[in-house]
Amino acid sequence: MTRIIVIGAGVIGCSVARELAAFDAEVFVFEKGNDVAVGTSKANSGIVHAGFDAHPGSNKAKFNVAGAKLFPALSKELDFPYKNNGAMVLNFSPEGTDKLKELLAQGAENGVEGLRIISGDEARELEPEVSKDVYNALYAPTSGIVGPYEMTIAYAENAAANGVKFCFNRKVDSVVKKPSGGFIVKADGKDYDCDAVVNCAGVHADDVNNTVCRQKEKIIARKGEYMLLDKSYGYLTYCTLFQLPTAMGKGVLVSPTVHGNIIVGPTADDVPDKDNTDTTVDGLNKAFKLASVSVPALTKRMIITQFSGIRAHSEKNDFTIGESDTEGLFNALGIESPGLTSAPAVAKYLSGLIAEKYNLEKNPSFNPKREGIKQFSSMTDKEREEIIRKNPLYGKVVCRCEVVTEGEIVDAIHRVPGAVDLDGLKRRTRAGMGRCQAGFCTPRLMEILARETGRKMTEISKKGTGSELLVGKTKGEKL
Amino acid sequence: MKRNLVIIGGGPAGLAAAIGAYDEGERDILILEREPNLGGILNQCIHNGFGLHTFKEELTGPEYASRFIREVKARNIEYKLNTTVIKLSGEKRVTAVNETDGLMNIDARAVILACGCRERPRGAINIAGCRSAGIFSAGTAQKLVNMEGYMPGKEVVILGSGDIGLIMARRMTSEGAVVKAVVELMPYSSGLNRNIVQCLNDFNIPLKFSHTVVDIKGNGRVKSVVIAPVDEKLNPIMDKAEEISCDCLLLSVGLLPENELAKQAGIALSPVTGGAEVDENMMTLSDGVFECGNVLHVHDLVDFVSEESAHAGKCAARYIAGKIESGSERIKIGTFGGVRYCVPEYVYRGKASEGIGLKMRVNNVYRKVRIKVVADGVEIAGKNKQIVTPGEMETLSLTAEQADKLKNASDVSVGLEVK
Repeated sequence: MTRIIVIGAGVIGCSVARELAAFDAEVFVFEKGNDVAVGTSKANSGIVHAGFDAHPGSNKAKFNVAGAKLFPALSKELDFPYKNNGAMVLNFSPEGTDKLKELLAQGAENGVEGLRIISGDEARELEPEVSKDVYNALYAPTSGIVGPYEMTIAYAENAAANGVKFCFNRKVDSVVKKPSGGFIVKADGKDYDCDAVVNCAGVHADDVNNTVCRQKEKIIARKGEYMLLDKSYGYLTYCTLFQLPTAMGKGVLVSPTVHGNIIVGPTADDVPDKDNTDTTVDGLNKAFKLASVSVPALTKRMIITQFSGIRAHSEKNDFTIGESDTEGLFNALGIESPGLTSAPAVAKYLSGLIAEKYNLEKNPSFNPKREGIKQFSSMTDKEREEIIRKNPLYGKVVCRCEVVTEGEIVDAIHRVPGAVDLDGLKRRTRAGMGRCQAGFCTPRLMEILARETGRKMTEISKKGTGSELLVGKTKGEKL
Repeated sequence: MKRNLVIIGGGPAGLAAAIGAYDEGERDILILEREPNLGGILNQCIHNGFGLHTFKEELTGPEYASRFIREVKARNIEYKLNTTVIKLSGEKRVTAVNETDGLMNIDARAVILACGCRERPRGAINIAGCRSAGIFSAGTAQKLVNMEGYMPGKEVVILGSGDIGLIMARRMTSEGAVVKAVVELMPYSSGLNRNIVQCLNDFNIPLKFSHTVVDIKGNGRVKSVVIAPVDEKLNPIMDKAEEISCDCLLLSVGLLPENELAKQAGIALSPVTGGAEVDENMMTLSDGVFECGNVLHVHDLVDFVSEESAHAGKCAARYIAGKIESGSERIKIGTFGGVRYCVPEYVYRGKASEGIGLKMRVNNVYRKVRIKVVADGVEIAGKNKQIVTPGEMETLSLTAEQADKLKNASDVSVGLEVK
């Protein structure tokens, strides 16, 4: 059987793996982190872009528009949160109108439906909190929002259910082409044989590519800092509010998340360290200031947390997708925004290429449906009654801010791939994502995680080895 | 299910409220508590210093709680543990869940919100830096150390000199950790003076006023924090920043009343306290819904919580018995001269049959002041204080006669006169 190794378990790696699972092949996902969605896929705006930003003819434009169309059906099939809330690009001066018109024309050329330019007053009628300085805006009704890690996890679970093997804490050092055909993937001092490699290594995709391909690539790490507001300020906007884009990206946005918070950001700063996701005073201040231009009512008191993500920006300023100059090595490289939107289309395209090249048969037992963790907070009272009767753990609220029950926590731990640390639990269940930011539920979550996985409390981490939460027992207690 | 009185929260406020209501004659009381034990946050406060006002002796948190739990049990007041209230409607319907009863809808004639407060998290104060393990709110660390028996760090920096932060500085030290500094943004502490003496000075732990944490470093686990002094506008002076190596940062940067249920029920909240606005019966502006304890406004002494809550319980019982006239005209108590807020915010017009206790906090440190209540331009009650600080709640008890003047004036306010 054809053996394929996918490198990276972000949204691209997981979606590619899931689409490959629809074919008769042996698929492995190698991930250096201890879970899926631990890089860029966990820290981005979570926008399903309409597709007017990208240059016509570019891969970004092609995959963005194709990907966006897949979301309504896909989000139901894989049971992840998605909402079509629409977007506006705000323009603050008469001179900007030409730029809006350019975007409109570009969008039309890319095949984006429903775009129109609206006046400042119309914009404020749609979104009352939008600044009075808005001159006019481009309205994009097809734009949407998605839970980026929920989507990645959904893809991963469905891939695993269809036979894909996930190998975590496995950092690929190099890929070596075998003279007889196929590859050896070297990871943590071990060799792994395979027929094809799909490089979905995000900010490190250039490193993987450069170990084996003649054509060298360079990924620039471009940091984006964000702030998240308390759900009680969810009224600030229903639409995603962009500003006119700049050379560095789509500018700072103010948008609701699928969970009802408001997200503010990102900045765009090129940084030397690809894995440094520290937030900075300057970055946060900048994001806040720019966002306040769109929505003047923003105050820092509304903020509950900050984070940053690293975009994998390619020097070419476009996605590189397809077979590389090394036969059998497929790249998904330079996947920055609109990468999340594009992922479903990228995955379909790449899996199709691979299936064709290796003459893969369809997997007859492939089941495209996945059911997510049942969210107690979004159930009706009747559903709540029923589920507690079936499983009393749903009657035990662990995270009070987001109303997450022990039933959901236990489910998240025992899924494949399941949550292994607090951040994994958070991304799967939202426990700890609320306004107290895990102040109350941390000890309880640790206990459940320890109990369900047979580990000691001192072995429970925030995000894998080296981030254990406790340093030992108190004086009176024996370890 | 129908109940006369549902009390949400079985901590010090809920317990005292239940006893207060019972002793006023109400028998149909149900306490709902989300934790596996009654007592609330007191269970993790194993230090002493509780009960000096109420019992004239120094008790630990669990000891203080146990006295109230005993009283609740002696009265056979019903309570449900491991039970979380997930909804409160404006019509006083309480929706709660637990493992054994499943989902319960309880229609109450009166509801007392006694759900306490939560800690302000890192995100709310915008500290930049890494998001590694080792950053805890002081209360979370207190639970881990005192209730679970685990250490969240060995070398500790504490941001904020609130009482929990001060208590945890001593606690971590006694467990063998090194507390390198307590860093306070303001030029004064928001904690009790006795805690600064007993928890920091006695252990030679440095307290740095007018400093803040500007960066947290470390990959996976915290390795250091960067602190800097701040100017008068509280902006950090970065060229005077210094890095302190540590594996743990504890945050004691304020408590916030946990009023999610009140918000759901559409109850008006005070932007200053974060709690509901109440009248002298501790009733919110929503008929039959009462609030007391830290959900109403953050107290520094549990004794005051108990006192306030017993009063709320008593008034709730009177309300159920139809002995409180609600809906009549009320007057707002204003504030002046450095008083940030006063609880209660309102009093009803009419005849005062008993005294009223006023609680307030000031916005800065003031020396040699007179705290006074002014009704229509005339002082009706007051007291002199050598010093008032934002960290210590001030109280003023009005006699029935003084309360009567308050209730019949057209303009009343509470404030400071600096001498």
